Amino acid sequence: MSVQILMPALSPTMTEGKLATWMVKEGDTVSAGDVIAEIETDKATMEVEAVDEGVIGKILVEAGTENVAVNTPIAVLLEEGEDASAADAAPAAAPAAEPAPEPAPAAEAPASAPAAPAAKATASDEDKYFDKVQTQTIREALRDAMAEEMRNDERVFVMGEEVAEYQGAYKVTQGLLQEFGDKRVIDTPITEHGFAGLAVGAAFGGLKPVVEFMTFNFAMQAIDHIINSAAKTLYMSGGQMGCPIVFRGPNGAAARVAAQHSQCFASWYAHCPGLKVIAPYSASDAKGLLKSAIRDPNPVIFLENEVLYGQSFEVPESEDFTVPIGKAKIVREGTDVTITAFSIMVGKALQAAEKLAEEGISAEVIDLRTLRPLDTETIVTSLKKTNRLVTCEEGWATCGIGSEIAALMMEQAFDYLDAPVARVAGADVPMPYAANLEAMALPQASNIVEAAKSVCYRA
Amino acid sequence: MAQAKSAAGGSRGASTRTRKSRTSSPPKNNVAELLPYYRDMLLIRRFEEKAGQMYGMGLIGGFCHLYIGQEAVVVGMQAAIGKGDKVITSYRDHGHMLACGMDPKGVMAELTGRIGGLSKGKGGSMHMFSREKDFYGGHGIVAAQVPIGTGLAFANKYNGSQEVSLTYLGDGALNQGQVYESFNMASLWKLPVIYIIENNKYAMGTSVTRAAAGTSLFQRGAAYGIPGEEVDGMDVVAVHAAAEKAVKHCRSGKGPYILEMKTYRYRGHSMSDPAKYRTKEEVNKMRQEHDPIDHLRATLLEMGLDEDELKGIDKEIKAIVTDAADFAQSSPEPDPSELYTDILVEA
Repeated sequence: MSVQILMPALSPTMTEGKLATWMVKEGDTVSAGDVIAEIETDKATMEVEAVDEGVIGKILVEAGTENVAVNTPIAVLLEEGEDASAADAAPAAAPAAEPAPEPAPAAEAPASAPAAPAAKATASDEDKYFDKVQTQTIREALRDAMAEEMRNDERVFVMGEEVAEYQGAYKVTQGLLQEFGDKRVIDTPITEHGFAGLAVGAAFGGLKPVVEFMTFNFAMQAIDHIINSAAKTLYMSGGQMGCPIVFRGPNGAAARVAAQHSQCFASWYAHCPGLKVIAPYSASDAKGLLKSAIRDPNPVIFLENEVLYGQSFEVPESEDFTVPIGKAKIVREGTDVTITAFSIMVGKALQAAEKLAEEGISAEVIDLRTLRPLDTETIVTSLKKTNRLVTCEEGWATCGIGSEIAALMMEQAFDYLDAPVARVAGADVPMPYAANLEAMALPQASNIVEAAKSVCYRA
Repeated sequence: MAQAKSAAGGSRGASTRTRKSRTSSPPKNNVAELLPYYRDMLLIRRFEEKAGQMYGMGLIGGFCHLYIGQEAVVVGMQAAIGKGDKVITSYRDHGHMLACGMDPKGVMAELTGRIGGLSKGKGGSMHMFSREKDFYGGHGIVAAQVPIGTGLAFANKYNGSQEVSLTYLGDGALNQGQVYESFNMASLWKLPVIYIIENNKYAMGTSVTRAAAGTSLFQRGAAYGIPGEEVDGMDVVAVHAAAEKAVKHCRSGKGPYILEMKTYRYRGHSMSDPAKYRTKEEVNKMRQEHDPIDHLRATLLEMGLDEDELKGIDKEIKAIVTDAADFAQSSPEPDPSELYTDILVEA
């Protein structure tokens, strides 16, 4: 059966072009792949190849014709043995009558999709494990979380720089090599881009990697694999290719290590769909959330803090203790102002709340614990009670976690706000080295006190 | 051993060749051995031609990188591996998927962005996957598949299996730093990965000679102790022989292996590339003198194969591709509700 050859598009935006040259004439036999014509647009010249074999029965558009619309029949191809009279009745080579569908009207998509879907508040039974506790540093709690999950699941392994023989640059992986051996506790070369990608491949291949970055500053070398390979592949594969992986390590400022080693990446990762982002403060949350992260079938960013590693907290003894991802915790109840914080800033927020209490202001402190998905409900509930909000983070305010919370509260609790939301954040500068400047760049408890008083309209 | 293997969801399989058992014998170069190569290469050629045509009609959007000219590479390599061996490549991936036995309908419907596509229309030309067929993508970032493929090999070794990872990359990707990070770890840890460099001479519009200091790409692993060899990537028999050797090396625990396939893409880098950086004469010479399909067809006829048998295959392939194109146009677009699915695995 004869078929029509149609004017092709060089790109989806092309609507017409010039049929520059015919490389064949009527009566010529062509095979699939033969160049039959050249098409020109203002941008480029492109060859048109025959897709089927046959004989050129009729040329419908002369060489040199300008402004030929895409999908216009330009020639008729006859099958072997067919005569030219068939050319007149030729159907389109491909069903041109069924044009590419228009994109779905924008109106069908939710007009204001939730930027970061709020976490479903799930009832947690984490509190019941606190009847038997031990005092542990965060460092020990993180180590125990990994060790327990490695005992539970053969697929879990730890890799990173200095995690094995050196026992961890910050001693978080102490003892793991001795218990689990070098098959499961793997020293990598200094090759963040490479080992992050390798770990993503291992996760696609059925394992559950825990990747330690010596600090998250170095994860910038690897961020392509974290975002493009780990976070997006499930979606791009239509749900087939999950990536169960934990990227963990210290985040934020340490002390006197200057700009390249002192940065909070919370808002970077919290920005991206396909990731879960956790930033715990206490040792029990560090342990319970790391266990949940390792069990989670998704890529999880687990932001620790170097300054906190040596701090001690009460941690449940039970190995069954976990903390749900996506659930904030009210760490101090209050009635006058809500203060949100995560990681090291929770400690500063609690200090600020003490000082505020001395001045007669009752502050409620929320430890966000998970930044994506954010437990918006807990914040809204608190705000409805206090009507005032201060957000705290060590990172920069611009496009930060505080900015996100402020926007969410405006959208979801506007009528409950008695004052504009105040953001306490790091100074908008690369971290300085000098001790005095560094202290000025980092948000302190006193900044939180000032912010809380200002939203309470108290001098 | 050309037995039909039904591809998921398709009435006609993409590849009729069941992957070989682990202990495959060297190629005997008889008709029975060669005919499946012909069929598989032709399927890729015709599929890609149809994809190019459909792109021209505006049915396929975005980027579309065709594999025409390079068919012998993936077909020869795939013939040397078995079930469980893993495959990963870049964005020029349609041929790899068809060679892995993925359903041509599903591939084509993904190109048209329809729900019947292998990624439900959410991945497109560059992002398709199939755990069932051991195909791990389809990666749009140049060279990102190299550490990931190395990680698949890591998982194989961790699990104590004999499976290998075929990690395909182009000559352009070979200049990315993460390739050497991967080479280092793969050799250090003796990971069963074969790096197949598809050297088609041009990284988009930049020729190898303008981009690479040292054009013996197979030697790029030498500093890491990775053996490499150069292969005529336009000759499926040569590719298969090299593949058998490399796979044997990897399965025996000796670590990674590099194969540099000298090949050629007839089309532009993507559909919107007029390919002005090379001459028509160069392209025509490759097509006329080195075409992998024409070459094999001539060989088969010389061996005494009846031309009608080849014509029968041509016809069969044409029908598969027509079916795929029809399906890709009749399958509906994804339901709007798909916008917010597959972002996270529900725990």
